[in-house]
Amino acid sequence: MGDILSKYDVLGAFGMTVYLAFFSAIGSLLLGTVVGIMRLSPVRVLRLLGTGYVNIFRNTPLTLLVVLSVLGLTYILGLNLDPSSITGNASRWAIVMLSIYHASFVCEALRSGVNTIPAGQAEAARAIGLTFGQSMREVLLPQAFRGAIAPLGSTLIALIKNTTVAAVVGVAEAANLMAVIIENETGGLVVFLVFAIGFVILTLPLGLAFTSLSRRLAVKR
Amino acid sequence: MSSNVLFDAPGPRARRRHAILSVLGAALVVGLVYLVVRKLGDAGQLEVEQWKPFVVDRSVWRDYLLPGLLGTFKAAVLSIALAGVFGLLLGVGRLSGIAPIRWASSVVVEFFRAVPVLIMMIASYGLYSRSGVFSPETAPLAGVVTGLTLYNGSVIAELVRSGVHSLPKGQSEAGLSVGLTPAQTLRSIQLPQALTAMLPALIGQFVVILKDSALGYAITYLELLNWSKTLGSAFANVLQAYLVAAVLFIIVNYLLTVLASRVQRRLSRRGRANVVAVGAVVGAVPEASTLGGQGVVNTDGTQGGP
Repeated sequence: MGDILSKYDVLGAFGMTVYLAFFSAIGSLLLGTVVGIMRLSPVRVLRLLGTGYVNIFRNTPLTLLVVLSVLGLTYILGLNLDPSSITGNASRWAIVMLSIYHASFVCEALRSGVNTIPAGQAEAARAIGLTFGQSMREVLLPQAFRGAIAPLGSTLIALIKNTTVAAVVGVAEAANLMAVIIENETGGLVVFLVFAIGFVILTLPLGLAFTSLSRRLAVKR
Repeated sequence: MSSNVLFDAPGPRARRRHAILSVLGAALVVGLVYLVVRKLGDAGQLEVEQWKPFVVDRSVWRDYLLPGLLGTFKAAVLSIALAGVFGLLLGVGRLSGIAPIRWASSVVVEFFRAVPVLIMMIASYGLYSRSGVFSPETAPLAGVVTGLTLYNGSVIAELVRSGVHSLPKGQSEAGLSVGLTPAQTLRSIQLPQALTAMLPALIGQFVVILKDSALGYAITYLELLNWSKTLGSAFANVLQAYLVAAVLFIIVNYLLTVLASRVQRRLSRRGRANVVAVGAVVGAVPEASTLGGQGVVNTDGTQGGP
């Protein structure tokens, strides 16, 4: 086992996983917030656009998006995000597709946060004379944000696990390295356990942290 | 509609602003579509020959897309059946009165929920193809089904557990007070109600499984994505093949999501509203499935499967 660990760069592969997850998390949070605002806006056209986005990307397999980005968009349409290296291009496209895919889940998480607010809260805020901006800032958004913490945490954890999909276009992250090791070495079960525990280490503390955060910040009703 | 909570009924000025935003939104879409079409046109991807096969050539459907859909469904149906059994066992295990069984089931469930499906697929496929338990032709299918079963079984176990927990306490108390043992109460009073309430979530989980089965691409399983790749190289229309596959996936999954919310509504009409909290459609409303109740983060990020 130590032999395998010294021969292959397991930590480096998990570094790549973290790199993908970090940038896709930022990307999906930004994009998802925009889509979420559209879905929640009072403007019907924007609402339709947001709904369409969510329905399209939530129902497409991430694997398809990632494969399409490299085999279709790069090779056929010539959209190369990193002309200097093939894997650089693949990992950047993976980040883009992970962001696009998870943005639909971020959007739904934010929307669910807003949905936890009883209508009475908004009515009360307006009744005591707060303006639209004030009631948003002081009453509604703080509650919406707190309600969205748990589903956002679930989405982040799903995103970390889904970075493995980048393996199908040859990004050298954890799943990719594991496939290589399993092909070349014996003792597949131990190798699997090493990588599985790597993901448990990445996701479990996050899950606990988000759970306690959302409990601590939960709005008592 | 949630917008009622955030926004008042628009006045004249707000209506004007909304009209402007509508135009901007429409312009954004038109602009994006124009960009895509121009890019496709520049790359020569809008030629009739590349799109025509999907309409006129029957072999495209007969030899590629339908076998692809069949492969996807085969893996998905096998997985949901096995995951149902696995999940029910683990779920009951987590509700067991015997502590070691409860702990063991919890560890198994938490472990498989935290590990990416692709990792499990690659590992089990490697194991199968090396040990020769399955023939080389069936090893990819077995790998896909193993990965999907372990992960989704654990998710279903959580659904079972939270379904039973969300039942009114009076149900189990009534069972115990008429003289049933705890096991009998679970089997004949709690589980039937919990499982019915779970149905929409189970359909939602089927959507997740269908999408995840595309991961079989990585271990050479012949499902829709893999077949469309072959189709694309056979007809020299790679991009088009992928787009058609995407549309097929979207249609199937969207219909399933609609079905799930129908079932959900029917169940709540039957007066089971008190238990359907668990049964909330996974695909449609992510947060509503918070396994284990309010404010709990799913370590598997339930709906986020690829």
